[in-house]
Amino acid sequence: MLPRKDAVIIGLGWTGAILAQQLTEAGLNVVAIERGPYRDTSTDFNVAYMQDELRYAVRKDLFLQPNVEAMTMRNTAAQTAMPMRDYGSFLPGHGVGGAGVHWNGHTWRFWDSDFSIRTHLTQRYGAKKIAGLQLQDWGVTWNEIEHSFDQFEYLAGISGKAGNLKGQVQAGGNPFESARSREYPNPPMKMSYAPTLFAQTMSGIGYHPFPTPSANLSQSYVNPLGIRMGQCTYCGFCERFACGNYSKASPQTTILPVLMKKPNFEARTECEVLKINLTPDGKHARSVTYLDANGVEYEQPGDIVAICAYGLMNVRMMLLSKIGQQYDPVTGAGTVGRNYCYQTSSAARMFFEGKHFNPFIGAGTLGQSMDDFNGDAFDHSKLDFVGGAGINCVVSNGRPIGNRPTLPGSPRWGAKWKQATVDGYQNSMGFSAQGSSYPVRENYLDLDPSYTDRHGRPLLRVTFDFPENDIAMSHYLSDQMEKMTKPFNAKVATVSRIKKGWDAVPYQSTHNTGGAVMGSDPKNSAVNKYLQSWDVPNVFVVGASAFAHNAGLNPTGTVGALAYWAAEAITTQYIKNPGALVHA
Amino acid sequence: MKKIILAAALAALSSPALAASTDAGKYQVVLGDCEGCHGKNLAGGVVLTTPFGKMVTPNITPDKDTGIGNYSAEDFRQAMKAGLAPGGKLLYPAMPYPSYARMSDGDVAALWGYLKTVKPVKNQVNVNQLRFPFNLRFAMRGWNMLFFAPAPYANNPAKSAAWNRGAYLVSGAGHCGACHTPKNAFGADKATALTGAALQGWFAPDLTSDAGAGLGSWSQADIVEYLQTGRNNRSMASGPMAEAVENSTSKMTDADLKAIAVYLKDLPASRGNGGGATGIEAQMKSGAVLYDISCAACHDRNGKGSLIFPPLAGNPTVRQVRADSIVRMVLAGGKGAATAKAPTGPGMPSFAWRLSDNQVADILTYVRNNWGNRAPAVSPETVGRIRSSLHGS
Repeated sequence: MLPRKDAVIIGLGWTGAILAQQLTEAGLNVVAIERGPYRDTSTDFNVAYMQDELRYAVRKDLFLQPNVEAMTMRNTAAQTAMPMRDYGSFLPGHGVGGAGVHWNGHTWRFWDSDFSIRTHLTQRYGAKKIAGLQLQDWGVTWNEIEHSFDQFEYLAGISGKAGNLKGQVQAGGNPFESARSREYPNPPMKMSYAPTLFAQTMSGIGYHPFPTPSANLSQSYVNPLGIRMGQCTYCGFCERFACGNYSKASPQTTILPVLMKKPNFEARTECEVLKINLTPDGKHARSVTYLDANGVEYEQPGDIVAICAYGLMNVRMMLLSKIGQQYDPVTGAGTVGRNYCYQTSSAARMFFEGKHFNPFIGAGTLGQSMDDFNGDAFDHSKLDFVGGAGINCVVSNGRPIGNRPTLPGSPRWGAKWKQATVDGYQNSMGFSAQGSSYPVRENYLDLDPSYTDRHGRPLLRVTFDFPENDIAMSHYLSDQMEKMTKPFNAKVATVSRIKKGWDAVPYQSTHNTGGAVMGSDPKNSAVNKYLQSWDVPNVFVVGASAFAHNAGLNPTGTVGALAYWAAEAITTQYIKNPGALVHA
Repeated sequence: MKKIILAAALAALSSPALAASTDAGKYQVVLGDCEGCHGKNLAGGVVLTTPFGKMVTPNITPDKDTGIGNYSAEDFRQAMKAGLAPGGKLLYPAMPYPSYARMSDGDVAALWGYLKTVKPVKNQVNVNQLRFPFNLRFAMRGWNMLFFAPAPYANNPAKSAAWNRGAYLVSGAGHCGACHTPKNAFGADKATALTGAALQGWFAPDLTSDAGAGLGSWSQADIVEYLQTGRNNRSMASGPMAEAVENSTSKMTDADLKAIAVYLKDLPASRGNGGGATGIEAQMKSGAVLYDISCAACHDRNGKGSLIFPPLAGNPTVRQVRADSIVRMVLAGGKGAATAKAPTGPGMPSFAWRLSDNQVADILTYVRNNWGNRAPAVSPETVGRIRSSLHGS
């Protein structure tokens, strides 16, 4: 039993670092317990070897490995879930900084119509339109949380162009975004050829492209904590890599230099929390039990416990600790594991002749996007689905192992394949539709009945397939993308189409959301609007686990906002008057 | 002296006065960078690598068995200003008593007053791990006779109060010369004070007004910003200076930093770094290509740096007569100072794996002779020597 702390934070990624920063600023004594190693820029993300594609992109050096924590997966409850021997479809982070180390940096705000999605869609189309979907309002409104988005964007130095400043639509920005209180802290990145061509072509047919909001900084920046960041070099080693140039926002580049020096903060790395210990009545968390790197077990008491791991692990930690009731897809009872969502995506690729796209000029978020077909930006009244997708033309990289597009029908090996990759490298560009994922009764998370981890704890079981609504949405988007390719006059254009039967092997997206969703009703949400557990009020569960559905937008901007939002509730309300902040 | 002890004793009777004197003493710890050698808790145990072997710094907490808990005020004054521990034991000048001898008795007494109040830590330290014959303490008697002329700081009436305060701090408690003044074969200061010196695998830069290697182009404000934050738009503190900034100069008062700047700006120029290299066309050509590939992403193609990364153009660290610091930085990497006003502390990664001795020599020769920089060429042998020394440590 260790000396008590005011707050114990599980996981030191984006959300853990933001909470730790805000809580220590309010004077609390905080310890963060992180399963993975400490990692810092110049020592662990060394630019002299960070571009090792085999090590980082193929062998996934920075990611969570299944021998540390695996999961079992299946499409339907009728199947037996099997443990994944390797992470594929999504790649959770590991270590200090979490997935904030190796993300691409797309930094979106979910829309006002996302936070009140049920109300919005019901008002516009009637309740029948969303029958069969477990869409629900998030319990927090846009106006309440807008400043938290602002806090995250200024912390991270996001580079972009406002499209809606206090209700005034701005030329060059995203006209479909919800009203923001001020401009982005940094101007958009410089564009390379492919996104420039995309924007010109899409504008030409009446759409509204704009620079993708980016955590790869367009210029050097000093954030509100006084921490300096460098200008992105467009090196093309972002996703799956850490930035060695201090130019991709991460906990390392935006918070830790200040946080780690605070006398009222301590980070314990290579320490894995096994469970949160509750009082006998199950209504109060008194401590966490963790193992250090040598396997020695400790009990760390704390007045507040914040679960700040990857969203999926947040849900597992709740289930292992018996915080809240497991969701049952048959009866609909229980909330933990409910509304698990993913991302429903498809992609277009075009092949030209005589072009020089130079995809080696890349960055995780170097691109142009358009939201003409995202969310409810377009009229769904004559369509058989709700939701949509952001269309993104992003040149993240031209790396030699992973990026070898070839004209359809090219040989798969040999000298002719090599020539095809040479042609395809300079002559092809793509764009993609990152589609929403809406909750249905049968997609959920629970603990696997058979398989356990190295400590004997049940693995998380993921039961997921693309719902009919999302397939219809995605096919509609694929149709639109086919039309969008036409004015490019490419030699060949291909567009992928999603199909039923989510495959957990090929990489798709590390945007797993839900399972411990926020809301205003304890019957259908695991945490209240402040990310506070309805059942154990001194536990806060922070991350994409709180998303009540997933939009056609990358989640990190909203994750960061929720972390600031929860931290504000703790520092301004909870510590003055500990207990439930919302009475249902 | 007696008067001061009496004053201290009287001050002990009233607690606000005690607090004030403790604060004053604590500030002497800042000025003297005691933590730099004796550790954050002042319990010693920090290994100093000297040309004469290893020394481990002693415990200066008031622990009676392993610290200086049995010292009297006079014992402490003798140690600080005469290099003499109780019982006539001679200290080694790794403890910069030749500098501290210039401190006023009042400041030394204030420091003593504070040290008595810090938490006693039990930490037995075996200080003397020097090689024979340097491990023989009595030899220091001869050293003191030759090189140590204790004299308190003498005010220079021809100069301003700020200048005098700066001179007092630089030559006294601040002991800047311990690193920045060249040493003779016996480890004693040469007359060319603050013109830059090699130690512990680094080269402490020339602090004189020389335009090439020194601070000739720096304004007083540049010096203040550097000492206060660890960086300015000309350079960034790293290595031992980063520690000195973090422990000491970043915590000094604005007035003291200004005084130091006034004094340093008035130092006569050194003889410089020997000027630019000649006959280096091949190195310059190769270095230019390698620089663009490995360095320009952060330091800028024109060596201008950025808000976060230090410039190389005009950076005195780059232009010293010896390139030890920058060779070391390229091979081993390093971390910039992180202070309250500039908390980032960005790091330079190690390029030891990626660059050969020849390549490092070419890059650094290019950097030292480009964008207005002029400094002697760097040879692959120098890089090789430093590379082996890093392997050994």
